[in-house]
Amino acid sequence: MSTDRLLEFDDVVSRYEPVFGLETHVELGTASKMFCGCATTFGAEPNTQTCPVCLALPGALPVANAAAIEATIRIGLALGCRIATWCRFARKNYFYPDIPKGFQTSQYDEPLCTAGHLDVEVDGETYRVEIERVHLEEDTGKNLHVGGATGRIHGADHSLVDFNRAGIPLVEIVTRPVAGVGAKAPEVARAYVAELREILLALGVSEVRMERGNLRCDVNTSLAPTGSLEWGTRTETKNVNSLRSVERSVRYEMRRQAALLDDGERILQETRHFHEDTGSTSAGRSKEEATDYRYFPEPDLVPMAPDTDWVEQLRADLPELPAARRARLREEWGLSDTEMAWLVNAGALGLVSDTVAAGADPADARKWWLGELSRRAKDAGVELGDLAVTPAQVAELTQLVAEGTVNDQLARQVLDGVLAGEGSPRQVVDSRGLAVMGDSDELGAAVDAAIAGAPDVVEKVRGGKTAALGALVGAVMKETRGKADAATVRRMLEERVLGG
Amino acid sequence: MSTDAHSLSRDDVAHLARLSRLAVTDEELDRFADQLGVVLGAVARVQDAPTTDVTPTTHAVPLTNVHRPDVVTPSLPREQVLAGAPAAEDDRFRVPRILGEEA
Repeated sequence: MSTDRLLEFDDVVSRYEPVFGLETHVELGTASKMFCGCATTFGAEPNTQTCPVCLALPGALPVANAAAIEATIRIGLALGCRIATWCRFARKNYFYPDIPKGFQTSQYDEPLCTAGHLDVEVDGETYRVEIERVHLEEDTGKNLHVGGATGRIHGADHSLVDFNRAGIPLVEIVTRPVAGVGAKAPEVARAYVAELREILLALGVSEVRMERGNLRCDVNTSLAPTGSLEWGTRTETKNVNSLRSVERSVRYEMRRQAALLDDGERILQETRHFHEDTGSTSAGRSKEEATDYRYFPEPDLVPMAPDTDWVEQLRADLPELPAARRARLREEWGLSDTEMAWLVNAGALGLVSDTVAAGADPADARKWWLGELSRRAKDAGVELGDLAVTPAQVAELTQLVAEGTVNDQLARQVLDGVLAGEGSPRQVVDSRGLAVMGDSDELGAAVDAAIAGAPDVVEKVRGGKTAALGALVGAVMKETRGKADAATVRRMLEERVLGG
Repeated sequence: MSTDAHSLSRDDVAHLARLSRLAVTDEELDRFADQLGVVLGAVARVQDAPTTDVTPTTHAVPLTNVHRPDVVTPSLPREQVLAGAPAAEDDRFRVPRILGEEA
């Protein structure tokens, strides 16, 4: 439970100017680890993906993973960074049980990529976030604290370490401080991480599943009185692991720091922990200084010297980046900025795009993903992309509707079948018998039965009250459990009640 | 840090001990400061070597870009991995309580 005093957010931004910065760690999706050939499979049995190198057994020597270096350079290029022509790994020395060597192999004063930027959009405004550096390092093992009530260290009796994660390539992306965005700071911080995630997905360098810790953020926040020439003391909130939490952690620190400053107190430069359940932060250890890490060039690895021609080839081969893609699709689909924003915020852009690529009309694809499928995802409490239906299947569904095989109501039943794992939409139509009934004998029989069953209605229609026909249509639809096409039924009824 | 590059103060040793997660007594601080000062003094003799014409390097061989392809190779069997651990529990390395910090 947090006992922090908090100032109302509106009051904070009326008197203080926030500055924030983000250090984002991305686990690369390479098959093997950074310095050894151990697999990187998520969720493997503890300590089954380790070897002398990632366990730091005596005499073991690292060799850098070429794919990880390439991925890091591609991230740098996508962020408009300069790529180093020569740089080294460095040892960051500290003692912790999850770091078997007693140091993390990282980069210090010679990162692979420097001086880039990322433009992000919030409420129609574009904000430029400057990127200080992108460097390559390795992940740590995973501690499990035993005996504590909450799984955290406090009260823990001892800890258990799984080194499967130790040595997985980790890219750290560091922004320069972002100032001058005022009340938008929490949202800009979130939008930055969201856009960065999109870029990483487009590059295919990481699965970027935040719930698995593929992307983890440390958020620096400080406040200074509005108009002040100097920035305030910053705090660093560690392990902020969802987009929502990034926004909440900046907001919380702004409100907490403002309350302290209002009372004339000082902000301590410290590491803070974010609590997902309450959205609050609490003090952690006082920060170690860079000198405490006693960085020095890694003697077991030779320098990296990316060939300029190769880097230019990587640049030329970059995929279309999310911002450009959004602009193109917005144009192609004839959407307004607002419509596009809905699509993006719903996490449906890629799904709609893939559905269109599979042959669906853009409007139909949008309708399904933002309508019925969004509802299903919400009801099931899952992300849209985690529904058990592929864009290709949605495209097939829209085609079934377009060609008249099913109507919208039947299409929803087809979707039930697809989501239940009964196969493709066409297979579900066949197995569940969901196709719309055409002008068939079966439908004719249902029409005749409706006419025979309601002579009074037939009389009214024949007497000129054609609106009464609706009751007969309804009876047929009920009889056929919605499988008939209402327009066909109406036509058949008209022919048989009124026709020659 | 101390001003004299060849000696360590008690405070330096206390700081290093904290970074190394070592519990060091007052008496040991004095002793280690002296002993480490001697070690530093010995190592400092490399500074007498004439290096004005020597380019700084971290490697004895002028190689760059020594990489491996991203290919998975077999890991060690877990029994073997944990065999060298002072303690193991639930297929993991068991370590003492981590003091004073949160993960």
